[in-house]
Amino acid sequence: METKNVMIVGVGGQGSLLASKLLGKLLLDEGYDVKVSEVHGMSQRGGSVVTYVRFGDKVYSPVIDKGQADYIVSFELLEAARWLPYLKKDGQVVTNIQQIDPMPVITGAMEYPKDLVDKMKALGAKVDALDCLALAEQAGSAKAVNIVLMGRLSHYFDIPKDAWMKAMEQIVPAKFLEMNKKAFELGEKA
Amino acid sequence: MKELMLGNKAFARGLYEAGCSFVSSYPGTPSTEVTEEAAKYDEIYCEWAPNEKVAMEAAFGASLAGRRSFCGMKHVGLNVAADPLYTMSYTGVNGGVVICVADDAGMHSSQNEQDSRHHAIASKVPMLEPSDSAEALTFAKLAYEISEEYDTPVIMKMCTRVAHSQSVVETSERVLPERKAYEKNIPKYVMMPGNAIRRHPFVEDRMARLAAWAEKSEINRVESAAGSGKSPSGRKVGIITSSTSYQYVKEVFGNTVSVLKLGMVNPLPRDLILSFAKDNEVLIVVEELDPIIETHCKSLGLSVHGKDLLPICGEFSQNLIRECLASFVWGQSHEADRELTVSDQIPMRPPVMCAGCPHRGLFYTLSKQKCTVLGDIGCYTLGAVAPLSAIDMTLCMGASVSAIHGFNVASKEDEDKRVVAVIGDSTFMHSGMTGLANIAYNQSDSTVIILDNSITGMTGHQQNPTTGYNIKGDPAGKIDLEALCRSMGFERVRVVDPYDLKACEEAVKEEVAAKEPSVIISRRPCALLKYVKHNPPLTVNKDKCVGCKSCMKIGCPAISMKDGKAHIDTTLCVGCGVCQQLCPVGALEGCKKEEG
Repeated sequence: METKNVMIVGVGGQGSLLASKLLGKLLLDEGYDVKVSEVHGMSQRGGSVVTYVRFGDKVYSPVIDKGQADYIVSFELLEAARWLPYLKKDGQVVTNIQQIDPMPVITGAMEYPKDLVDKMKALGAKVDALDCLALAEQAGSAKAVNIVLMGRLSHYFDIPKDAWMKAMEQIVPAKFLEMNKKAFELGEKA
Repeated sequence: MKELMLGNKAFARGLYEAGCSFVSSYPGTPSTEVTEEAAKYDEIYCEWAPNEKVAMEAAFGASLAGRRSFCGMKHVGLNVAADPLYTMSYTGVNGGVVICVADDAGMHSSQNEQDSRHHAIASKVPMLEPSDSAEALTFAKLAYEISEEYDTPVIMKMCTRVAHSQSVVETSERVLPERKAYEKNIPKYVMMPGNAIRRHPFVEDRMARLAAWAEKSEINRVESAAGSGKSPSGRKVGIITSSTSYQYVKEVFGNTVSVLKLGMVNPLPRDLILSFAKDNEVLIVVEELDPIIETHCKSLGLSVHGKDLLPICGEFSQNLIRECLASFVWGQSHEADRELTVSDQIPMRPPVMCAGCPHRGLFYTLSKQKCTVLGDIGCYTLGAVAPLSAIDMTLCMGASVSAIHGFNVASKEDEDKRVVAVIGDSTFMHSGMTGLANIAYNQSDSTVIILDNSITGMTGHQQNPTTGYNIKGDPAGKIDLEALCRSMGFERVRVVDPYDLKACEEAVKEEVAAKEPSVIISRRPCALLKYVKHNPPLTVNKDKCVGCKSCMKIGCPAISMKDGKAHIDTTLCVGCGVCQQLCPVGALEGCKKEEG
C-alpha cells in the first residue's frame, strides 16, 4: 500500500499528542508500518503545532511535505487554513470550527480571516467542518475535542470501529474511557 | 515485542538493555527525553546535573568506577562539555561511556544550527548516527561495545526528526555487565603532559582501527539499486547519506538509485566509499548542514555532488530532495502540484509567554523603565517579542551575567544607563554563577536579575539544584540563591514578586541606580506547574472599561479587544492580576489582589 499521510494541527496545549498516540496505536495494531513525528520545546508555548502520522507497507520519512497530506485534522480553524498547502489534491480536511486568536489578532495588528471554511472549499478542498468543542462538552469535557475529531476521522478510514475502541482502551485512562467513547461517537455521527 | 517508540525513548531503552547504570545530563531540546525516559527505569541511577560539563565529568567518574554510563545534551551543550570530551578521548574509559548529542537543524528550539560532527572529528571520538527509533535502540547498545573494545567515549548524534519521531522498535531484555574493577593507572588517567604525550599516539591508532572497523561494519551498508542499477536518466546514480537524510532519499528515489547508508559518521570509511564510487557513474552526498562526508569524499580524490545541489542551511525534507536532485537522478526536473492556499494573509501564531507567566510583570517593568536587557536562554527569551520587546541580547547559557559586566565597564561614562542582566534559575545554576563571581570580584555596578520560576521551564519542567527535588521528583538538596549571592560578596540582594508591578519598579530603579553590584531575585513558580493554585479568571466591567488598551501592553494571550472594550478569555486567564494594576479605571474585576 502506498503511504498515507495524516497531519494533526492545532495550537500548543490543545491535546494533539493524545490524538496522534491513538492513531499510532490503531495503525500499528492494524499491521501497518507507522511513523509519528511531533513537535517539542519552544513552539509548544501557545504556538502553532503540527504532528505528522504516516502509515503504509514501509514508511521512510517521518515528516509530511507540502501537497502530500491525505488528511488534515485541525483542532482550530485558522490552523486548517495555515496548513492547507500541505493537502494533497483530493485530500480531506476535518476541522474543528473553534477559533483561537493568535497574538497579531489579539494586539489588533491583524484580523482573523473570515469565512475560512467557504474559502477552503472554493479552492476545491474537501472540508468537513464541525463544532468539536460543543460535542466534546456534550460528551462531558471540553478536553475531549481530540477524540471528537478522531471519531470524525474514522469515517474516512477503512478500519472497523472495534479496532478504534480497542486502541482507545489502551491509550485513555480508565476513568475517562466512557466519556471519550461518547465523544468519539458524537464525532462519528456528527 | 513490537511497539511504536519515540527516538529518544528508544535510545533510553537501548541504554537500559545495554546495562547502563549511571546517567547524568542537562536538559536541552531535542535531547531531553533520553534522560527523562531513562529515569523511568529503576535499575538506572539518573540525575540532572547543573550543566553538561558537570554531567559528562560525572559520567566519566562512573565509568572510572567500572559502570556503563551516559550523558545527554543538545548540540550547544556539547560546546560546554567540550573540555572533558577532548581529553576523555585521551584517557579512554573503564566502563563504557556513551554521549548523546542532539542537533537541531532547522532551529526548532535553538539559538544556532551547528553541526556536532565537527566535535567528533576534532576530539577524535567515534560518532554513530541513527536514522530512526530502531537504530537509536540498537546503536546505543553497539556504542557501549565500541566504547569498551576501543577504549573510547562514543557519541551518538541525534537530530530533531530522529529524536522526536516515533517508529517501530523491537525491545529485548536488559543485560547487566559485571562491574569492572577500578585499577589505579596513572599513565592512562592522569593527563599531565608526560602522560598525555604518550596517549596521543594511542588516540591516532585507535581512530585508524575504528576506520578499519567502519569498512566492515554492517551499520555502514550499501543498498544496491534494483535491476540494471541505472536511474531513469540512464546513469548509475549512487547516493551517500546518513541519519534522517537517508529516509528522505529512500522516500523519493526508492531502489532506483544505489545508497551507501552510513551509521558511523566518524571515522568515515575509505575503501567502502571508493568501491561504491567505482560502481556508480554519478555520486551525490546527501547530508544536512555542513559538507563533512562530501569533504571526506573529495579528500579521496572523488568527484561528488553535494552542497552544489543541496542547501547548507536548514532541514531537508522529501520535497527538498526531490526539487534539488530530480534532474540529476531522473534527467528531468520535477513539476510540483499546485498548492492550495487561501488568499487571506494568515496571521502568524508564534510561541508566547503563557497567561500568568511570572516573567511578564518583570519584563513589563524593564520595558517601561527603558532598560537595556542582556538576556539568556530560556522561556524568558520570549520577552523579546512585541509588545514587550524587552530583551536586547541572547547569546548562550550564562552570557547575560558575564556580558553585563563587560558592557558596564565599557560604558561607565554613560551616567543614565539602565542596564540589567536577566537569567533563569536553572540557567543561573548552569553557568551564571561564574559570571556573577566575575562581577563580585572585579566589582562593576551591575544588576543581575534572577528569574526564579523554580523549575527549568522551556524544556518541559525539569528539576534543578534550586528546586529541592531530583529527577524522580523526590526531595533533594536545595541551593539557597540569596545565601549564595551574599556569600559571593553581594550586599544588595533582594527578592520581589513579579506579579507586584510596584515592587518590581522600585527594585529595578533602586538597584540600577546603586553604585555597587546587586542581585534581584524575581521569584514566583511557573504558572504551568501542577502545584500552583490559580485565582479565578478576571472579568471586564464593560461599563467601566474606556478601551484605553493599557492592559494590552503586557502581551497577555488572555486579553484582547472586542468592540472597543477589553475582553478576557476565561479559559486562559489564571487571575494573576498584573493587568489589573495597569487599568486606570478599575475595569478588570474578580480577583483578590494578593499581598505582595
